[in-house]
Amino acid sequence: MENNKLSMVVFSGDMDKLMAAFIIATGAAASGMEVTMFFTFWGLQAIKKRERTGKSFFGRLLGFMLKDINGVGPSKMNFGGIGRWMFKKMMKAKNVALLDQLRDMAVQLGVKLVPCQMSMEVMEISPENLISGVSAPVGVASFLEEARNSKITLFI
Amino acid sequence: MTEQIKVDLKLDLKGLLCPLPIVKLSQAIKELPVGAVIEGVATDPGVMADVPAWAKSTGQELISIEQQGKEYRFLIKKVK
Repeated sequence: MENNKLSMVVFSGDMDKLMAAFIIATGAAASGMEVTMFFTFWGLQAIKKRERTGKSFFGRLLGFMLKDINGVGPSKMNFGGIGRWMFKKMMKAKNVALLDQLRDMAVQLGVKLVPCQMSMEVMEISPENLISGVSAPVGVASFLEEARNSKITLFI
Repeated sequence: MTEQIKVDLKLDLKGLLCPLPIVKLSQAIKELPVGAVIEGVATDPGVMADVPAWAKSTGQELISIEQQGKEYRFLIKKVK
């Protein structure tokens, strides 16, 4: 059988990079590819609910800084949130799908959203903090297994 | 035109930008039987490259694609 898979590591929590990740994922799924996105470190913000996380002092401190998919800013020119606001306004004016809409679309198209167990542990994000529709957390071996059988692999 | 192509579904993709035209197209074609023809109309110039590429990677047949003023019109036949 022809291999038709795409595996992606989503490391970044930047609005613009997440846009690229979800556009490629939805486009690939629409073109008949089987798509898996692995979310690790800052990327976890893309599949996190809008709620405080963390148990320890540092965990809660970090939880205070972490955003959800609507709260993340662009990698350049965010200027304390003004950049995010401006980009959203421009995207709406051009009728481009916003990040949360792209994510919903990805789920609808059957894209697998997989969180990284280790970074959830370190950052004190529990599975209850993640949106519904996300798979059970996995480790690097699971990603490699998926990546080995993929035609396209990306790190974003 | 020597033969008239029967259109089974008209898809309005006007105002949509990447990746929405191909996402909508792929969702629409799933609902149709093999042999059905979709006519799509978009305003995103990107479809001129992306619809042929989508057809190639999904194995569906692109009958035609052309620009008519500010619109891009294409016919896709579901072959599998």
